[in-house]
Amino acid sequence: MPTVYVNDTPVEIGTKRLNCVQAAELAGQFVPHYCYHEALSVVASCRMCLVEVGDLKDGKVTMQPKVLPGCQTPVKDGTVIVTGEYAKRDPAVPALPYDPNYTKAAPPGERAKRAQADTLEGLLVNHPLDCPVCDKAGECKLQDFSYKYGRSESRMVDVKNTPPNKPQLSSTITLFTDRCIMCTRCVRFTREISGTAELQVVGRGHHEEIDVFPGRPLENKLAGNVVDLCPVGALGSKDFLYKQRVWYLKTVDGVCNRCSTGCSTYVDTNKDIVYRLRARHNPAAQGHFICDEGRYGYHHANAAERFVRPVAKVEGRFKPQPWSALLPQLKAELGAAVGANPKGVVAVLSPFLTSEEAFLLGTAFKALSADVRLALGPVPVVGTDDKYPKNVKGEPVEPVKFTIRAEKAPNRIGVEEVLKALQGELIPFASVAGESLSAMWFAGGYPEPSHLDALIPAGWKAPALLIAQDLLPTAMTASAKYVLPATTGFEKEGTFVNHSGYKQPLPRAARPPVETRGELQLAHDLLGRTGLVQPASVTKELAAAVPYFA
Amino acid sequence: MPLTEADVQWVEEAKLGLWEQLYIPALVDGLKTTVGHIFKKKITEQYPEDEPKMPANYRGVHRLNRDEAGRVKCVACYMCATACPAHCIDIVAAPAPADWQKDGREKYPETFVIDELRCIYCGMCEEACPVDAIELTTLYDLTGLSREQMVFDKEKLLSVFDTTTKAGTDPVRTRSGKLGPASEAPPGA
Repeated sequence: MPTVYVNDTPVEIGTKRLNCVQAAELAGQFVPHYCYHEALSVVASCRMCLVEVGDLKDGKVTMQPKVLPGCQTPVKDGTVIVTGEYAKRDPAVPALPYDPNYTKAAPPGERAKRAQADTLEGLLVNHPLDCPVCDKAGECKLQDFSYKYGRSESRMVDVKNTPPNKPQLSSTITLFTDRCIMCTRCVRFTREISGTAELQVVGRGHHEEIDVFPGRPLENKLAGNVVDLCPVGALGSKDFLYKQRVWYLKTVDGVCNRCSTGCSTYVDTNKDIVYRLRARHNPAAQGHFICDEGRYGYHHANAAERFVRPVAKVEGRFKPQPWSALLPQLKAELGAAVGANPKGVVAVLSPFLTSEEAFLLGTAFKALSADVRLALGPVPVVGTDDKYPKNVKGEPVEPVKFTIRAEKAPNRIGVEEVLKALQGELIPFASVAGESLSAMWFAGGYPEPSHLDALIPAGWKAPALLIAQDLLPTAMTASAKYVLPATTGFEKEGTFVNHSGYKQPLPRAARPPVETRGELQLAHDLLGRTGLVQPASVTKELAAAVPYFA
Repeated sequence: MPLTEADVQWVEEAKLGLWEQLYIPALVDGLKTTVGHIFKKKITEQYPEDEPKMPANYRGVHRLNRDEAGRVKCVACYMCATACPAHCIDIVAAPAPADWQKDGREKYPETFVIDELRCIYCGMCEEACPVDAIELTTLYDLTGLSREQMVFDKEKLLSVFDTTTKAGTDPVRTRSGKLGPASEAPPGA
């Protein structure tokens, strides 16, 4: 088995083709780097990952006389990697027989350590050190590495370069040119992942700058990723600019609810307000990146027109209702409608619900009468799947590295499977929309109201008892007798099933507005269960009842 | 551990002699101190008729300093709000106005509010500030008629700067925007 030695610790790499950074990571050793990114090509331009590399052959270690960039140096059987952290290695591991001529000049690790410190000093030569006003401060790799591997003082005596900022770079992104360390991750991203190639490096030496062609700003649907990729505060998202300091944010692993790809995200919240979404690496879902639709698709959670308390239509106007009075009333009216004609009662479960919510709501309505029908809510489809990278004509190029799906709902498959299991057949909303119904429960949660409005047939007549649960005003809530507030994808716990059937658990990142009762809790109450709902136990219940989720 | 008899030391009351029993010597002793103070320098301050002069490092009401152009010096970095143990500072940051950006000012506080009632006057905000924008002044007689009055906004805090600068009672760190004796000299100066 091929073995690589990282700071004397042997690690087996199998048949994997790795570079020194990845091999060191296998051995649990972090090699700092800026320009290297797993999903992008290697340029070895930042020189932060410098390591000492050698070869173990016939019981003798031959080290190369100079430090090498770890990201660009492949490893093979017998490769010896010495990182700058060699002095902190596990003392229990026996040291390799280094050549005395090599260790005489400097102990192992010393060369790499010094090289990294010098690299950092070089990167900071023109860096403005305006951390107090920089949005990246707190999650900045330049800060982190300078603290860990750098010098505490600068020897720079000359005047620093102060190139002007470029807020015109893009409508969503601004460039603080002086903070850039020229890792070119953003340039490579636009060339290799989005394929749109807007960004480029202009100038030479210390006057290198990231820029766009005049009149060709950075506008593509994946552009927001360059902000995540930027290891320093050079590229800033205008959406998040100066909104929060990052150390106030609480990060929760989330799942994007804007299309059926179901991208893994980080949801950054403070005091139950979502401030930012970032891509979370998940090879099973989408990979490294997310699209801008998802990235900026959280504003509905903080929208002013969002329903935050239940309302009932009294004399043509919506009046707030307390849950304590409303819930028995809803139960009584639904019970009366089911008693009169169970076939005329329909519960519509939207593809924005989690599988657990769809299951518990479906169970609650089937408990009223087996004849009550459950329908799948309108599934918004916008255009066709948008594949990246694109060529200069805007056509997708193989191999596809990122897909923004046309189906703008996160959990169609999950809700479908629940409905199939609960009533054997799948009834789409369109087929019940034409019927004359006596009562309808519409569990929505559409973050984009126009998507729902487009899917409601033109001549649609609302049933006498329409209970609509949604986030924002739509044609559905306008004709409802009762409007209940819904929870966003950040405010619920459950499981989303993406386009390929990948089941992703979804933790709650923020609490919904105080007077909002979550769909799961509402279903729990409708079932006549007491107390607070436990999402974990509903997940177990779902797994037991629906084999697809077992 | 309970006390044992061995731990206790009994002390007998001193017996007064005839001289002590007259009590006149003790009386004279006490009067000597009193009369002595009549001739010493007076240290009582006639507050509120006379206002005391506070030491320059006194931690009183906050002020927000202005830069040379009269703009708020604060860059809205939230260091004070982060350092504040009482969570009494609330800042809303925004990109600086266009003409400020020419001087390299990228970010400024749109609002800057200190709840003076919640504040414990520990001076951590002053300590944390990277641009010497927030300082505690020597103003100690902070009064108001309502809680709302005691929540100081940016304008009020800037007016404290104007007042203290005019009165010549700048705190120890800066003097009218210039660094004072307690601040570190800039490197290379």
